[in-house]
Amino acid sequence: MPTPTERARLTLALRAGRLAGWLSRRLGRGAGAVVRGRVVLGLAPGALRALAAGRRTVVVTGTNGKSTTTRLITAALGGDVATNATGANMGPGLVTALDDQRATTAVLETDELHVPAVMRATEPLVVVALNLTRDQLDRTHEVSRTSRVWGEAFGARPVTVVANAADPHVVAAALAGTPVWVDPGLRWTEDATVCPRCGKLLDWVDGRWSSSCGLTMPEPDYLLTADGVRVPGGEEVPLDLRLPGTVNRGNAAFALAAAAVLGVPPATAAARLTAVDTVDGRYAQLDLGGRPARLFLAKNPAGWAAALAMIDPESQLVVGINARIADGTDTSWLYDVPFERLAGRTVGAIGDRRTDLAVRLHYAGATPVVDDDPVRLAAQLPPGPLVVAANYTAFRELRRHVA
Amino acid sequence: MSPDAPSSPSGALREDVSDDASVSLSTAPFDRPGAEQPPTGKDALRIVHVYPHLLGTYGDAGNAIVLRYRAQARGIAVELVVVQPGEPVPSQGDIYLLGGGEDAKQTAAAHELRGDGGILTAAGRGAALFGICAGYQLLGETFLGVGGAVTAGLGLLDVRTDRLESRAVGNMLARPVAGSGLSDLIGFENHGGATVLGPDARPLGHVAIGVGNGDGRGTEGAVQGNVYGTYFHGPALALNPALADRLLASAVGELAPLDDALCDALRRHRLQEVLPATARVGRLQRLRRRLPGGGRGTGTSGATATLSEVPTSAG
Repeated sequence: MPTPTERARLTLALRAGRLAGWLSRRLGRGAGAVVRGRVVLGLAPGALRALAAGRRTVVVTGTNGKSTTTRLITAALGGDVATNATGANMGPGLVTALDDQRATTAVLETDELHVPAVMRATEPLVVVALNLTRDQLDRTHEVSRTSRVWGEAFGARPVTVVANAADPHVVAAALAGTPVWVDPGLRWTEDATVCPRCGKLLDWVDGRWSSSCGLTMPEPDYLLTADGVRVPGGEEVPLDLRLPGTVNRGNAAFALAAAAVLGVPPATAAARLTAVDTVDGRYAQLDLGGRPARLFLAKNPAGWAAALAMIDPESQLVVGINARIADGTDTSWLYDVPFERLAGRTVGAIGDRRTDLAVRLHYAGATPVVDDDPVRLAAQLPPGPLVVAANYTAFRELRRHVA
Repeated sequence: MSPDAPSSPSGALREDVSDDASVSLSTAPFDRPGAEQPPTGKDALRIVHVYPHLLGTYGDAGNAIVLRYRAQARGIAVELVVVQPGEPVPSQGDIYLLGGGEDAKQTAAAHELRGDGGILTAAGRGAALFGICAGYQLLGETFLGVGGAVTAGLGLLDVRTDRLESRAVGNMLARPVAGSGLSDLIGFENHGGATVLGPDARPLGHVAIGVGNGDGRGTEGAVQGNVYGTYFHGPALALNPALADRLLASAVGELAPLDDALCDALRRHRLQEVLPATARVGRLQRLRRRLPGGGRGTGTSGATATLSEVPTSAG
């Protein structure tokens, strides 16, 4: 229990934080969620623990699908749920979200490397571990290290880990906790070539992996099928999503599993997922000078491969690439994205690094059209439905054009 | 691929749900849609991409894509051979590509390559070898392998690699060695190795922005005959077409010019905007380190003191 002094300190810190957030908004520096949380944590380092105390908490982490799965779990649980819906997923963003929302259940999207600290502070009932693939290698370095960091955190105190059975790095970590295995259908094998435990090459047969040391893909408790999700007991719960793509159907499977741990029957949870149509601008409709477009977010090779798979051949495509701190400042990963799928097509290139992208598209056999203005670019592309896919900060800038 | 080759899928995002079974995405250059190889005669240029499962991060496959494109655009038939660990490395290739990788994978790759011997035979014939990061280090005499143990490389480059005091991560610019005929070398480095050149190797360039070899002499990369090594990682040849053409020319002789307008625009953007900004940040960081109480790295994670117990940089 906090002492009266600690409680007074927290109250003061939260007020100072709200003031800082208000100032930030007044100065036009954005929503102020992060600066607000930073001020709070600077004055009261135990603020996250205090704000999370007494809540049932779900932590959602992984390289791809964090925001969407957080949104889906929030919907699946129904009722009032505290969540960081704007994607500020480190300590300060979580503090701000919990200060604003009193609900006794919290679903918190959490940056991969902040999982141990956030788990210590919030003591979650459930951690959802989606996947681990290469992303921002200038910041996070190697996925095997993140896997080890997670494993230590999952083993530190009892926790249920809703985990991707198809991702060896996730499995190696989840075994340290109490796992519930999900097979979300997709396989991203580029970062799953060697065993996270023994370092030998993994054997992949028919979408299932095993290692000579004995580490093997677990039998899933939840399995994505053609029509829905096979849940424990063998029942198949149908999915009717408004979010596109197999990748989001996989995210829905994680949501059903997490909601079940908190007592929501899968059929009830699945029915609630139909209401979700956009996630903080993802899949939103844009208006580019009168031409409608659908906005996609993709941040790393696995995310881009999934996004390209969602785009039908009749659509025209604009790709937006920045390389700011939040994106990772190295654009080498563009060559890990299968842009060869776009060979023979005309593709728009925008963003700070549109020249990098243009060269990549050229070597992939596509014809780039380069412009720094999305409206002007939209007017230069052949007719047809338009999709704009962008990485993080480019995506944020494009949200100005939401219809 | 031989029937008894490892059955691991080669870098693919696959949709295993039955009604989507037709969707199969790969990032490996050899089985990408539209990348089918026409049957090639024995005159085809053979590009060998060595062990991408062990030596492949950061878009390293881009170098194979770039070399193949630039050869085919000149009417040169190309056979791209991707060799995974456990498969024999052909000794009759023209250009061999070795990418980056972490310590354990690098050590395993060096061990396998020495045991196989194919690449050593090829180097003896004068084939071109291009190694980046871990691939560069293992072409040398020694490097630091698992647990920092001094490990024997392939001995094809007269270089020895030790550890940098702190990891080098960032944009890099190197001026080519005079008379090399190369243009300014641009790209990104992300490594913890400090590489010292012996008398038989010459640097590829001299660092203007960044760290490079980290040998205290400001050198970057190494060349010895047709063996090239560099800390410009990932798709280094996409950013430096003159270097790509140097490798191609070593195999096929004189090359017709290509339209590089898109790449010229990329290089202008890097040289005029990205690299000067990198240099400014570097100067600021050096200044900050000299100030009292300085010396702390600037975090990139936005974490607070209480929530940043996970270090954001590896050795």
